[in-house]
Amino acid sequence: MATFDILNIGSAKWDRSHPVNFSSEFSVGDNEFMLPAVENRAEFCRNNFNAEKGMDQDRELKFMKGTTTLAFKYNGGVIVSVDSRATQGNYIASNSVKKVIEINPFLLGTMAGGAADCSYWERDLGRQCRIYELRNKERISVAAASKLLANTMYQYRGYGLSMGTMITGWDKTGPQLYYVDNDATRIHGDIFSVGSGSTYAYGVLDNYYRKDLTFEEAVELGKRAIMHATHRDAMSGGINNVYHVGEAGWTKVWSGDVNEEYYRHYPIATLPPAPEAVAGAMEEKRMEL
Amino acid sequence: RYFTKMSYDRAITVFSPDGHLFQVEYAMEAVKRGSSVVGVRGIDCVVLGVEKKAVAQLQDPRTIRKIAKLDDDLTIAFAGFTADARVLIEKARLEAQSFRLTCEDAPSIEYMARFIAKMQQSYTQRGGVRPFGVSSMIGGFSKDKLPQLYLTDPAGTYSAWKAYAIGGRSEKAVQEFLEKNWSANLSEADSIRLTVKALMEVVDSGSKNMDLAVMKFGVPVKMVTSEELQEVISDIEREQEEAKKSVAESAPIDSTV
Repeated sequence: MATFDILNIGSAKWDRSHPVNFSSEFSVGDNEFMLPAVENRAEFCRNNFNAEKGMDQDRELKFMKGTTTLAFKYNGGVIVSVDSRATQGNYIASNSVKKVIEINPFLLGTMAGGAADCSYWERDLGRQCRIYELRNKERISVAAASKLLANTMYQYRGYGLSMGTMITGWDKTGPQLYYVDNDATRIHGDIFSVGSGSTYAYGVLDNYYRKDLTFEEAVELGKRAIMHATHRDAMSGGINNVYHVGEAGWTKVWSGDVNEEYYRHYPIATLPPAPEAVAGAMEEKRMEL
Repeated sequence: RYFTKMSYDRAITVFSPDGHLFQVEYAMEAVKRGSSVVGVRGIDCVVLGVEKKAVAQLQDPRTIRKIAKLDDDLTIAFAGFTADARVLIEKARLEAQSFRLTCEDAPSIEYMARFIAKMQQSYTQRGGVRPFGVSSMIGGFSKDKLPQLYLTDPAGTYSAWKAYAIGGRSEKAVQEFLEKNWSANLSEADSIRLTVKALMEVVDSGSKNMDLAVMKFGVPVKMVTSEELQEVISDIEREQEEAKKSVAESAPIDSTV
């Protein structure tokens, strides 16, 4: 197939039976995930499909990534603010990617790293959360949901998945925020920023973060952090989407172009007019040519 | 490609023409041969009482425990085959810890009852195995601190009860006794009394023939000591004596018409 040629894999047979043995209700189980029928599947995937930073340099078709996402907990809940750019190497594939994944009305997940990996596994997490709800007649806690995702990542450790996500929501224990990534790291915290532009976002966030922000201040902080990050990081940009997670669930509070935001706060000063003598000389030169 | 499989003459649990699963029903008979278990739900406590069958002279009584802990806040008592119960309880304990690991929270009593029931059901629908000859009563509390009592049986059904009895010579008699005498909002003392009275319907009196566990929210399960138990038993017997006496006194000694 053409795609496989570009990806430089060579021919490998694909088989659908990937025995994932997990007991009890928390099985990834019935999920038949296609994997190459080679001896060392992890190595094969890692060598040919590694979406992690820099690993796909020599490929013609690079994976979609590049991002700034952030989330922080404050007294009134959680603010989630993300950009919407997807780059494949130097090519901007899209400026309108939805990087906040709405797992259910009370749980949000963010997308950073490999777009496909994030989107697939977070939707799968949504499936697992729904099954939990049906079985136990109550909503899953953020701790448990993030744990399910982290456990799935652990299963595929070494396969070259690339995912850095924040799982957040409001459950019985209040607003919660977890960072989960492709090597099954799972950390609980108050502030996280993930992606190529995260350092810029942290700079703004750490400077102005307070637990007792008002709703408006918190939203503004989320907007500014992304605005600054997208201004400096080439791999981030597009549209800033801001969500708020409260006791009654999440709501989308803002969606706007980051460029417009930036130049609204920092308009480019207009150039002073050229002095008369210089303007005249330039006219003559042009005539000669 | 040819299939070769071990051919059993028939699966162990199959339907009879009139819709019975005889193996399951026989398993329930096995439960009746076990010793009694009584469970009572009070207003803020759950009491599990078990019959202690007479221990042989040379046997160490401490090694026979019919009340076991599934988790910090969940207690189980079973009636039927001890060996089968041991296997079930072990699986349940593992599942409770697995739940704690995955969900970072304690499993609810309903979840555990459902798990045990699911386990028991799966052994009624597989070739080469027989059902567990065990019914169990699980005591615990909901997240809202309400006491809960769950029952599972060899068929794999589970249900919540206010009070129930399983196992022993006359399951039905004790169940009827409980139906007559249980009332809502029983205090801890009254729940213990009711449990002991129910057990005394089928068990010889004396604290060496019973074991009682009392569960309260947020507190480790407490086994009632034999002294305390004997006190309750003596008190009940005294009450019963007085009731008999007053009936005798109120009846005329010679009733000549």
